[in-house]
Amino acid sequence: MDEKTLRSIIEQVLNGLDAKVAPAAQAMPSGTPDYAGGERHIKIAETGPAERGSDPREVVIALAPAFGGRLNQTIIGLPHDQVVREICAGIEEEGLKYRFIRLFRTADVGFIAHEAAKLSGSGIGIGIQSRGTTVIHQKDLPPLSNLELFSQAPLIDLETFRAIGKNAAKYAKGESPAPVPVKNDQMARPKYQAIAALLHIKETELCDPTKKTQALSVTYV
Amino acid sequence: MKSKRFEVLDARPVNQDGFVTEWPEVGLIAMESPNDPKPSIKIVAGKVVEMDGKKREDFDMVDTFIATYGIRLEDAERANAIDSNELARMLVDFNVPRAEVVKLTTALTPAKMIEVVSQLNVVEMMTAVSKMRARLSPANQCHVTNVKDNPIQIAADAAEAALRGFAEQETTVGIVRYAPFNAISIMVGAQVGRPGILTQCAVEEATELALGMRGFTAYAETVSVYGTEPVFMDGDDTPWSKGFLASCYASRGLKMRFTSGTGSEVQMGYAEGKSMLYLEARCLYITKAAGSQGTQNGSVSCCGVPAAVPSGIRAMLAENLIGMCLDLECASSNDQTFTHSDLRRIARSIMQFAPGTDFICSGYSAVPNYDNMFAGSNWDAEDFDDWCVIQRDLKIDGGLRPVSEDETVVVRNKAAKVIQALYRELGLPEITDAEVEAATYGHGSKDMPDRNVVEDLKAADNVLKRGLTGIDLVKALARAGYEDVAGSVFGMLKQRVSGDYLHTAAILTKDFNVVSAVNYPNDYRGPSTGYQLSDERWAEIKNIRKAIDPESI
Repeated sequence: MDEKTLRSIIEQVLNGLDAKVAPAAQAMPSGTPDYAGGERHIKIAETGPAERGSDPREVVIALAPAFGGRLNQTIIGLPHDQVVREICAGIEEEGLKYRFIRLFRTADVGFIAHEAAKLSGSGIGIGIQSRGTTVIHQKDLPPLSNLELFSQAPLIDLETFRAIGKNAAKYAKGESPAPVPVKNDQMARPKYQAIAALLHIKETELCDPTKKTQALSVTYV
Repeated sequence: MKSKRFEVLDARPVNQDGFVTEWPEVGLIAMESPNDPKPSIKIVAGKVVEMDGKKREDFDMVDTFIATYGIRLEDAERANAIDSNELARMLVDFNVPRAEVVKLTTALTPAKMIEVVSQLNVVEMMTAVSKMRARLSPANQCHVTNVKDNPIQIAADAAEAALRGFAEQETTVGIVRYAPFNAISIMVGAQVGRPGILTQCAVEEATELALGMRGFTAYAETVSVYGTEPVFMDGDDTPWSKGFLASCYASRGLKMRFTSGTGSEVQMGYAEGKSMLYLEARCLYITKAAGSQGTQNGSVSCCGVPAAVPSGIRAMLAENLIGMCLDLECASSNDQTFTHSDLRRIARSIMQFAPGTDFICSGYSAVPNYDNMFAGSNWDAEDFDDWCVIQRDLKIDGGLRPVSEDETVVVRNKAAKVIQALYRELGLPEITDAEVEAATYGHGSKDMPDRNVVEDLKAADNVLKRGLTGIDLVKALARAGYEDVAGSVFGMLKQRVSGDYLHTAAILTKDFNVVSAVNYPNDYRGPSTGYQLSDERWAEIKNIRKAIDPESI
């Protein structure tokens, strides 16, 4: 990633540009994902404050402020619509339902996932940041604890997202699934840390401490 | 035409690293941001009414905490009035005793402090570290983890790491529910390798404290503080809540240090346009203000951020030095991958390795980096011989000792057998002889058979539900016939009653004697003073595995 690219990303942050019209693509060198651009196959709309569910057969999926909005791809360029599709498919495979919410109070994935768990009828929630960092949480755990944490966003592929959905559903059913195998790559930081910081700056720019967690309708287009 | 020279250069590891130019507006600048405040202090009736250009009524909670508890006010006006260059010279000048310098530096404001250290080049900073380090002798800390959270491997690796000289050892988890198992494995394994090793398990703060209170760990360091208010609030924290946590550890006789580092605020998205070093200075003042005896700092897990900007590696050394200037124990990072280049790896580490710090790495990965669950360290198990050779080349004490294959296999095997017996006594899932053998001779988790993770997690949860404590481990070890290991674990538990190892920069000898900045303060006053290698220690460092005895030829 060269300086020009970085500047263009940061400028978007600073200017608060709407990602849908951001001309990010033109500045991107080959090989660097176009985080804000790309085709959009889902439509995400807010439908009012999120409610606490009572259905024990649901898993709540909480999105960070920029997910599928200002940002459209994970740190390794997985389109957010495909990420959502895989998580949902994993939950459906276990015969459970899902519901989407979005947090504005924080971009911290631990708190996002914990909020999902607290509002979930099953007490199980999934929190996901735009860069791909994901947590499976349970409502009676401390916020910064978790059932499963996928902290290295560059290592999370679509298969893993499906397995995350599946395991979350299994926890919701009261099962004790084998955790999704942990991956580790010591060279992820040298390669991705600066980009991760910029993506997170972009996410926190959309935080609003006064805005209540919103229920979402997610439709494929 | 394309240049072949540049083609070769482009393929070099260093060019896989991420670099960015400075951008002060978002805090992407290591030191000396034009937005950093100018130093100032005004005290009225014993109360700070202005600090670093800000009036008390405009303080955020970080300012308030620092101004109230973090600065020695009795000397503040005098110390802050001294020219920054003169203070910088005092840091380097070995004719000025450390104690005298600390009296002044603990009375500076954060902005003054960074103005002082910014006067120094890295060689001067290293000289200052030689003098300002709290404890007389340097030491080292390591990570012992693996990607499978395999408890037998953790025990064997901890035993080997203890044999190799690490005074403190840290584990963490891939899956958080493994935490009790990992904590027990590293503690027992380390005691097999060498009695008196301090161990910890880095997990979520409440869990970490609970593990310590049960006697499964001897210290904690993952108590993170931040230099801006929004980052604190993002973690549902304040400086006061961290201070409360520090008190919890102290009240239970557990050693504890805070963690912070340059780049964390940018990484978390709230740097307020200040330099990374200024924000880190605020963290260190919070650490001091909360009463913590020490800090783990030097960018730590945010290393890739300052390392990407100019003077970033220098900033990491500067932040270590600030910690020391505040009279804190300093575990100086060198614990995270930040580069693809071996040349950059050593350039970054020589800053602390050469002068010596309380813990040069915090930690050194005592396992291969693919098993390092802190996402990789700047040094790993495959670099053990390099580290030992560099100690020998430069005649410096980096805390490690060369070991033979035979003695290593012996302690690994014993640790694996002890854990096997402990699990049997406590009714935990069986550890097979095949697992013991794999852990004895293995290099990493790729050499370990898979365990039944679901069964292990249930048992780990059960350890907590049953209310097991360190004393239960001692009893089980004694029942299993390992009286010596039982005695060592018991020796660790007794430390929290005497509490002597809560002193600044404390570590324990194999006989459970405390070595700290109180009974062994750094008294460096120039050539041939301060910490000197003993003949015995030098003989140990010289004795690397591959040196050929001339008489043998």
